[in-house]
Amino acid sequence: MSNKNNVSHGVDWLLILLYAMLLCTGLLCVFMVEYKPDTDWVASFLGGKTNYSKQLIFIGVCAIVATFILLADSKLFTAFANLMYAFGIVLMLATFVIGRNVNGSKSWIPLGGGFNIQPAEVCKIFTALALAKFLSRQETDFSKLKSQLIAFGIVLFPALLSRLQHETGLALVYLCFFIAMYREGLPGIYLIIGFAFGVLVVATLLVDPNILAIALTIIAAITIYLLRRQIKRNKAGLYVIVGIWAVCVGVQRFAVPYIFNNVFECYQSQRIYMSFGKDYDCSQNHAVKKDKGNTKAYKPDDYNVRQSKIAIGSGGIWGNGFLKGTQTRGKFVPAQSTDFIFTSLGDAFGLAGCLFLLLLYLFVLHRIIRIAERQRSTFSRVYAYSVVSILFYHIAVNILMTIGLFPSIGIALPLISYGGSSLLTFTVLIFILIRLDADRQMVLR
Amino acid sequence: MPAFNQSRSRIIQIIFLAVFIIIAAQLVHLQVFSSKYKMAAESNAIFRKVIYPDRGIIFDRKRKALLQNNISFDLVVTPSETKGIDTFALCNLLGIDTSDYRKRMKEIIFKNTAVRPSIFEALLSDEMYAKLNENMYKFPGFILNERKARTYPYNIGANILGYIGEVDTTFLRKHKNEGYEMNDYTGMTGLERTYEKVLMGERGVKRYIKDNKSRIQGSYENGMYDTSAVAGKNLYTSIDVELQALAERLMKNKVGAIVAINPKTGGILCMVSAPTYNPNYLTGSDRKKHFAELLLDPRLPFNNRPLGNMYSPGSTFKTVSGIIGLTEGVIDERTTITCPGFFTGCGTGKPKCLDKGTFNFTNAVAHSDNTYFSTVFKRLLEQPRYGGADSALTVFNTYASSFGLGAKLGVDLPSEKKGNLPTSAYYRKKNGGKFYACNLISNAIGQGEVQTTLVQLANVMTIIANRGWYYTPHVVDSIEGGDEYKMLDAYKIKHHTDKRIPDSVYTAVQDGMQAVVDYGTAAGRSKIPGIVMCGKTGTVENSDHGVQQKDHSFFGAFAPRDNPKIAIAVMCENAGQGAWFAAPIASLLVEKYLRDSIAGTERNAQLTQLENTNLIPQKMRLAMAKRDSLKQIKESQKLQEKINKENIDSTEEEEISPEIKNTPSKEKTNPAKDSSHKKKTNTIVAAFLNNEKKKKHNIV
Repeated sequence: MSNKNNVSHGVDWLLILLYAMLLCTGLLCVFMVEYKPDTDWVASFLGGKTNYSKQLIFIGVCAIVATFILLADSKLFTAFANLMYAFGIVLMLATFVIGRNVNGSKSWIPLGGGFNIQPAEVCKIFTALALAKFLSRQETDFSKLKSQLIAFGIVLFPALLSRLQHETGLALVYLCFFIAMYREGLPGIYLIIGFAFGVLVVATLLVDPNILAIALTIIAAITIYLLRRQIKRNKAGLYVIVGIWAVCVGVQRFAVPYIFNNVFECYQSQRIYMSFGKDYDCSQNHAVKKDKGNTKAYKPDDYNVRQSKIAIGSGGIWGNGFLKGTQTRGKFVPAQSTDFIFTSLGDAFGLAGCLFLLLLYLFVLHRIIRIAERQRSTFSRVYAYSVVSILFYHIAVNILMTIGLFPSIGIALPLISYGGSSLLTFTVLIFILIRLDADRQMVLR
Repeated sequence: MPAFNQSRSRIIQIIFLAVFIIIAAQLVHLQVFSSKYKMAAESNAIFRKVIYPDRGIIFDRKRKALLQNNISFDLVVTPSETKGIDTFALCNLLGIDTSDYRKRMKEIIFKNTAVRPSIFEALLSDEMYAKLNENMYKFPGFILNERKARTYPYNIGANILGYIGEVDTTFLRKHKNEGYEMNDYTGMTGLERTYEKVLMGERGVKRYIKDNKSRIQGSYENGMYDTSAVAGKNLYTSIDVELQALAERLMKNKVGAIVAINPKTGGILCMVSAPTYNPNYLTGSDRKKHFAELLLDPRLPFNNRPLGNMYSPGSTFKTVSGIIGLTEGVIDERTTITCPGFFTGCGTGKPKCLDKGTFNFTNAVAHSDNTYFSTVFKRLLEQPRYGGADSALTVFNTYASSFGLGAKLGVDLPSEKKGNLPTSAYYRKKNGGKFYACNLISNAIGQGEVQTTLVQLANVMTIIANRGWYYTPHVVDSIEGGDEYKMLDAYKIKHHTDKRIPDSVYTAVQDGMQAVVDYGTAAGRSKIPGIVMCGKTGTVENSDHGVQQKDHSFFGAFAPRDNPKIAIAVMCENAGQGAWFAAPIASLLVEKYLRDSIAGTERNAQLTQLENTNLIPQKMRLAMAKRDSLKQIKESQKLQEKINKENIDSTEEEEISPEIKNTPSKEKTNPAKDSSHKKKTNTIVAAFLNNEKKKKHNIV
């Protein structure tokens, strides 16, 4: 409180520096993607017509917003956390009514002047704040199931709404709040179950169902054999193992095919199969089964991912050079300035450039975790972990997607991808954290 | 400070790190170890433009160009980029039908995929090029590609020079590492084929950066990896343009062959295969049409007869059997043999001889006495010192093969035949294990199983002219810039005939051959005033599927007798006696070569008369007539259809009868008119061509 007059006191300048470096890298990448050799780039930078020029404007806006956040009072965020969450939810619900259709998902609200806002994107901030607020309540005991369920609800409700807007990528973002919850004491079993489920799904995709069933049975049998003494003493162990085995087989036999055939759209299933190098038979899909007359062949649409991998591979170790990326210049990668921005880096600067960016990101993540751990108030810590989880999720999924290890879902690369919405969201997320961190000596509730 | 759960911060960091390591590993895999993506990136972004070098030029012995290069253009298409073009307009420009267009496109895609450029129309005519060039901007996916094409200023030598053609998949598979690509041209026959390596030069490659729509963005790395084209090497041949031209003139409307050799070098002076074709026929825009025409011609113009056909050499072979007989001492120059009208030695009354009487060696050659040489051959086979007819024949064949018979000579042109020197094993097999001299007596006079190519015969003349040695006949004397691939080494080795043959034997044979021209079988028309020519006629009985045909006319000669400058062999199929056609043709060519022109009105009249004689055999004429009439019928049918159609168009504009709707041929025959029908007749179109179909409908 004594430092109120000095805004810069306690501000983590290192994080701001890293943030600025990422922004510069991003701007460079967007510039590379759109650069044409025979144009005056200085003029087009200032002209406001090209993407990199627009990105520059977005950065300016972000700087202003960031300043405002730094000037704000930390208590503001705790005080308004729930209200903002409610506002976010209302916005998301509103999209169903006044939403605009952009690229097949009705998740945008037009703001006028050609600007749109995607509530699901913004709602991440509010959810982070709300989760922090809830977990930092004195009466919350996170070891209780009830509290856990409420926390799940806070996180999963916007996810559900996103999914209903066909924004699967954004819906999945909300799952990363579990990392923050894990830090706050969510039993590890949840992560283990989640992880095990993931492994089982992947195994189902990769291995013949019958062989997998036999393998699971053998594993169960061996486990029973190894634990035969304990089981003799306590029959419950046997039931647990048999139960787990039954669930596993059930999942791989029925749940996974059901999800792929009836929950996902054909193209989604295809993309997931594809990232494991398998073909998905679309004629099994519910959407396709519905219209029987449609004999259109469903070709796997791996063009984006293939071109993305080619562009990255084209760079080699040291890259083709700044503005010399052959794939970038030839515009072979679709959506290269947004979702596939990473490819321009790989093309131009090769492995070296990619590893540089990865290290930069890793440093940012590490820094935020350090910041999180030095907070006195639970609110700040939970919020910091939420931020780091969101960042991590975006980075990991986006890059894994461009290198063909994850199904392609429209997810931006934080602070690098072109686009005001995403840039602003991350700026707000990070600068709220910096603001909270500046007041780390305070106990915020 | 809530210290609990702090360890989980580590776990979270480890998870983060693990994921980043996975990413880094995949990046290393993609960018360092996997060349696949690097290559895919190149094929994405780099457009390799092949710069074709000029093919080498082929010159005659006086450095006159037998063929040259000129520039023509190909219309090249990348099918995947042609979506939405105005097919109809393009077809109009090209003068083809839209169904033809679709057919070609399908073929191209099948052969060379939709994304790679393929030739749509090769070697455009100048007029077509001008028309297309103006309109190219309307047809994305189509470009005009420069290509050097051959021209032949003298219109001669098709069988020697050969032609170039597009490589096919089999060729590409065979020549995998020689840098050929689809749509490249390579020598298919003749010198173009034999000396392909030398003539082709080195292709250059220019690399450009292209974008996702295949638009050129600029040169790649400022042309650092570009290579420039190196022109093919020129060939200097021993061919004499004027001699070749005259020889081809004389062989007009005849079936046969001529080979003339410079005995001193083995260089081939002229080589005619008749009927031949104008080599300019196979360049230019109508190449395909002409090629098909020539391929189906019953006169087989693609057949290089002097090398690729084997003939019984007839009486010209008597020179060889005479030499062997003299050398082996079964006769000498003074031996006389009487012919009562036929050979009596075997009791079959065969072979007959034309002139009855008693002959010494010189006269036997001069009058081509069958009995004399049959006797020589029989004596040879029955010589007790060989220990049997089998080994006697072996002796004979040893001599004969030293004259370059029975095996490929190794001429620098493709598809040479071996000829045949039958062995005793062959006869034993044929005659149920028995071998009698009388069974093969006709070989003595070149009528039995002995077979030679005409080049071999010309080479025998060379040997007699040279008195026992020859260089392998060849067309190319030297290669510009040196013989890099050692292709000419074989033509620098002097071959000698069997060492046992004394020089006197050649004198005897030359005496006989001079007598042939002076007062023998070829006397009169074939005598060149002031030039001593030695020759030997041949009149070769032949049959087709057991039916006796008119004799082949053969003549082998060399001149002048002292210091021979030309050895020649002429053959006219089904032309009768050797003296009638082959000998005068040879004598005219010899005169032309030695004197540079034909002197005297009488000789020139003879030339004109020979030129105008049509000796195409009856069988070929029938086949040609049949072909022509078939063509005529087809054409008249087409015409009839056209007339019918026009009638329909004018009378049934509104109500189109269902039969007409279902007649697809109607549409094909008349591209200009079919637009009115197009609305009603929907042809099945390949999926990818859908766009342009739509477009066409709009125009309609």
